[in-house]
Amino acid sequence: MPVHVPDGFFDASTSVATGLIAAGAVGFSLQRANREIRETGPALAGLTAAFVFAVQMVNFPVGAGTSGHLLGGALAAALVGPWTAVLVMSTVLLVQGLLFADGGLTALGTNITLMGVVTVLVGYFLTRALLQVLPRRMGSVVPAATAGALLSVPVAALAFTGLYAIGGAVDIPLGKLATAMVGWHVLVGIGEAVITAAVLSAVVANRPDLVYAARHLQRDLVLVDADGNTSTVAPDKPIAAKPAGRTLGVGVAVSLLVAGGLSLFASAHPDGLEFVGAKLGFESAAEDSAVAGSPLADYGVSGIGNAEVSGALAGIIGVLVTIVVGLAVAKLASVRANRAS
Amino acid sequence: MSGDGLLVTVDSRVHRLPAHVKIVALFVLVLAVVSTPAAAFWAFGLYAVMLVAAVVTARLPVLLVARRLTVETPFIVFALLLPFVATGPRVDVLGLELSQSGVLGAWNVLAKGTLGVVAAIVLSATTGPRDLLAGLERLRLPATLVAILSFMIRYLSVVSDDLHRMRIARESRGYAGGRAGHLKAVAGGVGALFVRSFERGERVHLAMRSRGYTGRMPLLSTRGATSSQWLEGLAISLAAVAVALAVRVVGL
Amino acid sequence: MSGPAIHVERLVFAYPDGRQALYGVDFTVQRGERVALLGPNGAGKTTLVLHLNGILGSVAGGTGSGRIQIGGTGLHREHLPEVRRKVGLVFQDPDDQLFMPTVRDDVAFGPANLGLRGSELDDRVHEALVQVGMQDHADLAPHHLSFGQRRRVAVATVLAMRPEVLVLDEPSSNLDPAARRELSDILSGLDVTLLMITHDLPYALQLCERSLLMDDGRIVADGRTRDLLGDADLMAAHRLELPYGFDPLSVPGPERKG
Ligand SMILES: Nc1ncnc2c1ncn2[C@@H]1O[C@H](COP(=O)(O)OP(=O)(O)O)[C@@H](O)[C@H]1O
Ligand SMILES: [Mg+2]
Repeated sequence: MPVHVPDGFFDASTSVATGLIAAGAVGFSLQRANREIRETGPALAGLTAAFVFAVQMVNFPVGAGTSGHLLGGALAAALVGPWTAVLVMSTVLLVQGLLFADGGLTALGTNITLMGVVTVLVGYFLTRALLQVLPRRMGSVVPAATAGALLSVPVAALAFTGLYAIGGAVDIPLGKLATAMVGWHVLVGIGEAVITAAVLSAVVANRPDLVYAARHLQRDLVLVDADGNTSTVAPDKPIAAKPAGRTLGVGVAVSLLVAGGLSLFASAHPDGLEFVGAKLGFESAAEDSAVAGSPLADYGVSGIGNAEVSGALAGIIGVLVTIVVGLAVAKLASVRANRAS
Repeated sequence: MSGDGLLVTVDSRVHRLPAHVKIVALFVLVLAVVSTPAAAFWAFGLYAVMLVAAVVTARLPVLLVARRLTVETPFIVFALLLPFVATGPRVDVLGLELSQSGVLGAWNVLAKGTLGVVAAIVLSATTGPRDLLAGLERLRLPATLVAILSFMIRYLSVVSDDLHRMRIARESRGYAGGRAGHLKAVAGGVGALFVRSFERGERVHLAMRSRGYTGRMPLLSTRGATSSQWLEGLAISLAAVAVALAVRVVGL
Repeated sequence: MSGPAIHVERLVFAYPDGRQALYGVDFTVQRGERVALLGPNGAGKTTLVLHLNGILGSVAGGTGSGRIQIGGTGLHREHLPEVRRKVGLVFQDPDDQLFMPTVRDDVAFGPANLGLRGSELDDRVHEALVQVGMQDHADLAPHHLSFGQRRRVAVATVLAMRPEVLVLDEPSSNLDPAARRELSDILSGLDVTLLMITHDLPYALQLCERSLLMDDGRIVADGRTRDLLGDADLMAAHRLELPYGFDPLSVPGPERKG
């Protein structure tokens, strides 16, 4: 999904449902971002959106002669906060749809949900969660947000697969689709992570005060007055740090909810049920599976007799695995960064 | 990338319609198309005729519309794969064994996606950015979103120019490429671009406050649409809705 | 109003990232004066002028101290709308100043915030655009204007608020010679107190009788522009250089014109 879903790709009820999700998310974000936008101005959000739009046009090589581009959801979340970021990403998608005819108007809800909400929330909550366990200093935000960006893309791909299970026009083996989508988007996610890391390093080096996700890590200011006397002043409006662990919990919960909920939703739908259960879960799992070695290869955990539970479980396990891997990567990155300095 | 989107500056009846009428018309039209079952081939034929009529009335160059259709390409690829990967009964086409539902699914994605893109092109090629913003404002899009949109569109060309200049600077310093090198160079440039864009956002906010901004943007739109404008703008969309309803009533 | 147009005392300021830009600035500008603010890059000139209408500084919730009076009244939170009308700020990059979809929307932004509506607002916009000769371009988007035109519209956006003090940040930068002269014609025709940041020393000499020289967040010299530019040691100490062949003692300045 570095590309926008066009009109008619999903059935009408899926489009309506994602439209409602998107509208809800944007409405909620408007409310939450209100204070910030009053302080920093809508221009800042608008320029961040213009930046994301411009950067989405920069391609990077993924492999096999193809290229991907930045989605920017996790990056925007780390820089301007999750609520403003949802607005920023929605704005980008709205402009692409209305001004550049890119992405169908009836698919706007789907596109906002996948690229504007899922990437932002997954990216942000993982970033904040990692900041709880990493050393308490500005630099930690780089590995944390990098892991967030890395995770955000395959999770969005998984969400896309889930939507396809619910509202895709044609039955195709969901396991194959999930494997292909997630596999491919892990590669895109690496590009996303590299660019996110570079952007955040540049920002931390030049204007550390701009990084929303790490505002609570800012140092005090030293002020020299007209007579040369020195005094120390707290920086502007530090965001009260949430009790450690809570953000981590919220992050994990949200990721699980997204993945598990989507999978369950998928299974609850008649087509999806048939799909996940009959087609993949049991009958043809072995022959369909492209990467048969992985226990999650077909997005249905083998040995579990209920299709719904099996699909949801696969989603949840996938997220857990990704989180653990992300944590490990972040930890490693920070250890190396510490050694380097 | 210019801040004008796909705007084609000619004068036509479609160009002169108020933006909010066109947005509603686009939405209704695409909704009708999307809710039509894929097997109702004749209906899609009628939709295509209607859209061609819209393109002609708007006096848009056909080549531009065709070129813009390429945004769909990734999904065309996806659609073309469907007949091969989909499950269900098979049909024999030119010696290839294809999935029946896959063929229909491919047609579904291609037809609806293409009609949707053409409809969207008609809107974006006949509506300037300012009119579009005014239209969204009239349609009661929350003021904060309209404001963010407005700044985004205004600074699209500025930020793109910055990006372009930075790329030229990098390439003129003899940067050669290579995969890892490419990614690193791109990433570094993007970081600098963000700091630049963000600082511009701060300065713009200062400039706004300097001129008495207290949190409320002035309204853009003043005129509403007359009922004859509504009728004219919605003509094609209503015809499409009639077709969609006919499909449901008459069957295929 | 009574008292000097601008009075600044012991002004100190640090940006939110901790970088201190002002280390105790003092100066006074009388009504009707035209003053150039000179100094090397990073001296704090832009930071200083952003304080004059309360955009930066403790009054805006920033980190700093000191006192500012505009027209004899102290800068307080409750006076901010009034001060922002009185002190018109033209930013260095016109793209920062022109943020609305069209020229007309942009020039109307300030007066609309002052409460003007309808034909009163239209007249005000037209008047300001005429002052800078841009009345025929009102419906264009800013990115369709040349740089010089954008700079002129930026001046119009401020003139539309009928300011008593006009503050310009490097107004002649990036202008071609013709656009630079057109702008000086516009500026010298205005009946306002003028404070102009510039690296364009001949421009300072042409438009401003008096100059302030700033470096490292302090005012280091204050006097007649001609004397400052003629002081080679002072100039060299603060990284200021006259254009090749330019002799500040032999060209006419505003004081000769009377
Ligand atoms: N938004 C900002 N955040 C942090 N530091 C800044 C900001 N703007 C300027 N500075 C710093 O403040 C100092 C003075 O800058 P400025 O007032 O722009 O100087 P001048 O206009 O004289 O070139 C410089 O060291 C600059 O890097
Ligand atoms: Mg400056």
